[in-house]
Amino acid sequence: MFGALADATRRDIVRRAIEGREGVAELAGHYAMSFAAVQKHVAILERAGLVTKERTGRRKVVRTNLVGLVAARRLLDRYEELWRGRIDRMTALVTDESKEHDA
Amino acid sequence: MTVTAVRKDPEALTMTLDAEFDAAPDRVWQLWADPRQLERWWGPPSYPATVTAHDLRPGGRVEYHMTGPEGDQPRGYWELVEVDPPRRIVFRDGFAKEDGTPNDDLPRNDVNVTINPLGGGRTRMSIESVFPDLAAMEQLIGFGMEEGITQAVGQIDAILAEDGIATTAAS
Repeated sequence: MFGALADATRRDIVRRAIEGREGVAELAGHYAMSFAAVQKHVAILERAGLVTKERTGRRKVVRTNLVGLVAARRLLDRYEELWRGRIDRMTALVTDESKEHDA
Repeated sequence: MTVTAVRKDPEALTMTLDAEFDAAPDRVWQLWADPRQLERWWGPPSYPATVTAHDLRPGGRVEYHMTGPEGDQPRGYWELVEVDPPRRIVFRDGFAKEDGTPNDDLPRNDVNVTINPLGGGRTRMSIESVFPDLAAMEQLIGFGMEEGITQAVGQIDAILAEDGIATTAAS
């Protein structure tokens, strides 16, 4: 359930579920994979906090946690900054040393 | 610019970052394998890291603390899953208790580091970082994030437009 294809599927599920109109069975109809496979993707997204299952009348629909998704993007932006800082410091360490060797 | 690519995937709670160095893989590996070098890059200048244990083997642990401007000392640890010098290191990074042991009440995230020679004495390093869930991500990265979720709500429209998510949803 990992890798680029799984990520692409989950991204698509998250987008389709923004309006919260479809249940797992309807969502599964959009993909060339088994109901069980789609159900598994939805379960992973639900565990991650990115979608919820909601009861509307007699149906259960999958709805994207839009606020959570936006928060995730902001957190990843911040995380990127953290790692860019680390890479800069790594580069400085590696470069300082090669200068010392050259001297 | 040594960072050559960044891929952020909020739906998978994952970030992948590629960087290139003007140095051989063995040299880049030392940034991880030598605790004195590790502490020179892990923490930002305002929170320098001190590595107090460094057992870089599968099942081994790295223990560290950072020292903040107010003298605060948040503690963390890595639990090593895979160590294959000078090519690969996989670990879980989490919060530690005062005595350096893992604090299991707090979340951790998985980090996969891959180091590959590019030829000409250059090296590419890829960092893939995966978070278990949104709440964990907030605890691990969101620390000190004043604006928090309120401002995120205000940004939803802009991000949807930029992403074409709104278009997809309307189709």
